[in-house]
Amino acid sequence: MTFKTLLMGAVATAALAPAAFAERGSDGEVSIIYWQAPSILNPYLSGGTKDIESSSLVIEPLARYNEVGELTAWLAAEVPTVGNGGVSDDLTQITWKLKEGLLWSDGTPVTSADVKFTADYCMNPEGGCAQLAKFDGVENVETPDAQTIVVTFNQPKPNPYGPFVGGQSPIIQAAQFADCTGAKAPECTDANFGPIGTGPFVVDDFRPNDVIQMSANPNFRDPAKPAFAKLTFKGGGDAAAAGRSVLETGEFDYAWNLQLAPDVIARMESAGKGKAVAGFGPLVERLEMNLTNPSPDLPPETRATVAEPHPFLSDINVRKALSMAIDRPLLVEVGYGTAGKVTCDLVPAPAMFASGDQHCATQDIDGAKALLDEAGWTDSDGDGIRDKDGVKLSILYQTSTNAVRQDFQALIKQWWSEIGVETELRNLDASVFFGGDPGSPDTFQKFYADVEMYANTFDGTDPQQYLAAYRCGNEPKPSSQWQGENINRFCDPAYDALIDELGRTGDIEKRAEIAIKMNNMLTKDTFTIVPLVHRGRVSAHSNTLGGVKLNVWDSELWNVADWHRVN
Amino acid sequence: MTDQAIDPYAALQDKEPPKAPRSQWKDVWDQFKHHKGALFGGGFLVFITLAVLIGPWLWQVDPQATPKGREILTMRDIRPIYVALWDNTAKVDWAHPLGTDQIGRDFLANLIAGGRASMAVGWAAMVLALLIGTAVGVVSGYFKKADFWLMRFTDLVLSLPILPLLLVAVTLFRQPLRANFGPEGGMFILIVGVIGLTSWMQTARIVRGDILALKEREFILAARSIGTTSGSIIMRHLLPNVISPIMVSATLGLATAIITESALSFLGVGFPSDFPTWGKLLADAVQRMEQYPERVILPGLLISLTVLGVNYLGDGLRDALDPRIRGR
Repeated sequence: MTFKTLLMGAVATAALAPAAFAERGSDGEVSIIYWQAPSILNPYLSGGTKDIESSSLVIEPLARYNEVGELTAWLAAEVPTVGNGGVSDDLTQITWKLKEGLLWSDGTPVTSADVKFTADYCMNPEGGCAQLAKFDGVENVETPDAQTIVVTFNQPKPNPYGPFVGGQSPIIQAAQFADCTGAKAPECTDANFGPIGTGPFVVDDFRPNDVIQMSANPNFRDPAKPAFAKLTFKGGGDAAAAGRSVLETGEFDYAWNLQLAPDVIARMESAGKGKAVAGFGPLVERLEMNLTNPSPDLPPETRATVAEPHPFLSDINVRKALSMAIDRPLLVEVGYGTAGKVTCDLVPAPAMFASGDQHCATQDIDGAKALLDEAGWTDSDGDGIRDKDGVKLSILYQTSTNAVRQDFQALIKQWWSEIGVETELRNLDASVFFGGDPGSPDTFQKFYADVEMYANTFDGTDPQQYLAAYRCGNEPKPSSQWQGENINRFCDPAYDALIDELGRTGDIEKRAEIAIKMNNMLTKDTFTIVPLVHRGRVSAHSNTLGGVKLNVWDSELWNVADWHRVN
Repeated sequence: MTDQAIDPYAALQDKEPPKAPRSQWKDVWDQFKHHKGALFGGGFLVFITLAVLIGPWLWQVDPQATPKGREILTMRDIRPIYVALWDNTAKVDWAHPLGTDQIGRDFLANLIAGGRASMAVGWAAMVLALLIGTAVGVVSGYFKKADFWLMRFTDLVLSLPILPLLLVAVTLFRQPLRANFGPEGGMFILIVGVIGLTSWMQTARIVRGDILALKEREFILAARSIGTTSGSIIMRHLLPNVISPIMVSATLGLATAIITESALSFLGVGFPSDFPTWGKLLADAVQRMEQYPERVILPGLLISLTVLGVNYLGDGLRDALDPRIRGR
């Protein structure tokens, strides 16, 4: 760990060295466009991404996630861990220390009282704090001295990095917000529209739902940063217009979250004014295999429940063959372009939790055929479809209505027909499919199909909750009104034991090891979940803007202090 | 005086008819062929129907087949052959005269297969709506006792929103229909059934109004006075006289059915996603409209021309079938 940290420190110093010679404000003005316009600069009063990210230019947390999802000290001197004594051994207490000499943009010093005030501000029972989930389980916040903050939880927290971590939970100035607590919070327009912060920029003019004018913070902790003297943050429009304004016309330097088809982005990019960058969170497009029998002949009490195992998908060889027949690089190319990567993992990111295994990256039609032959699935009646003991490999494959998903369905159907598996496609309206209505037979939870395709992800950087979904008994079933996250009806006592172990483990490297083991049990060991594409988020920046590192774990503008002009 | 006497009886006898006898249908045709639009419309409809019926034998490409393996990357997004006329850098291929879509499926084969589905749905739903609408309209107009309840029922159905109704119908009936007729056959019956059952009301109202007026006329009174039964009066005297409004509703019904089917496909409650229809080809292509306009224009043009053709045909038929207009 220390060696790795040292190495990374060295790399960071080397990378930052040239920028260090630059002068604050020497690069003029930078302009940013978000196609959703910010309406407030206080993330505690708004859950909107646009508001959280725009305010991250001004106010900052104690620690935040970097572009690979690793926790990095920001206003804190270092990230507290069990190893360095910052987190207590029973995982109920975390002790933060502020960096020395921090100043607010108005010149007053930042103290632990500001941090404690931030917690009280959000946890005020009268105020509706949008980020209360970040403070979940906090018993009290104490300040033994001006630099130290001790947060005590009411139960052991293997992941204690909720309060004051990430763009959703920045530190606000106690002096400015002192009269704005509780029910009065939304009334303090001046404070909410122009918070005093520690970040690289200060607000000059804020017009809600339109534009923000900012200039460099004279009291920013790094005297050489930010490189820009002025910043214009424009909101509104749509993704296509935002993309065009950066990639085709060059009016803006940075455009956020371009949800557009890959060929559309590629065509904008060909104008040569800028480039699209993709950032990868844990969003994975996958095939889910139904381990229970969805046959309509079964009574509704047992249809698609663990009482009835699937007639052929309960055979691991069939699941494996179906996975082997898929050409994932081609799917990425057809459907997502630069916004997608081949993955064989359920948890493809953050990097330390990903197995990185690429066993599925190459298509193997012949291997799949051989595997099915070996397992006894042969075409005994000559109709082109494999069967065994009177059971035909005939699959109902459902997904939500979406142009890319229907293309994927058509391609995968073709590949499966090459290995002798018959496929019937079905697409359902997304609001029905993901609607969760227990009365509808078409929800993804009910899974009245053999295979279904969708994408899922988790919040933050810790996959514990996400992996814990596949516990025995957590499957959707009639007695739970078809609610539950174990969509495949997977059940393995060894897996459940690992879930419990993960809940007890505080050491981050140990946690990663367990998470990878669990990921493998679901993917390459059993082919219960067949990942297809690791999907990313695409933003665009001008060719003249340097230092952009797209971050999907935190605010995209997290390192705006490092942005600079390149020629 | 001459002795050539004229036989008065012979003079009064017609040796032969002065003109060849004419059937009613010949009159109808004579009138119909004067309507240029109707001729073109009818001709186009016959052409498109034949094209989708025998097309698959002439153009033997599987509309669902994608190129093998990595060939997709070179075989997809091929432009139609005519694009080469003005853009010699365009990717064209004589093996795919109308190009391919974003995953390399032949567009001509898709248009033919899509036309089959759309025309079949359109015709079947139209015929069903027509039968129900005419029956309800005639019964309600002719039999006073049934009028009130049938018309209130018509109002009731008219107030049903079609899309939520469809979602419910799909939920309830997809499974049994799929089990009995297969995924495509079952869906065909379901879509035709639902469109037919929700679009007969206009026809019923129009027919009822006409029947109400007609049944008070003297020829109906005459027919009744010589003891003609109600059934015969309806078949012999009333229906032929309301054929023109029925024809007009039919043409509108066909157009509506084709368009409703495409809306259903778009919502994902229609046919399986790899089963092409004109509406679905169009909906799928909208995203890339700027780059590949042909994928929107070709199916859109076919839908428009078919609907227009049916409308003109209906117009011409109405003129030709109405004895009061005929011959003017």
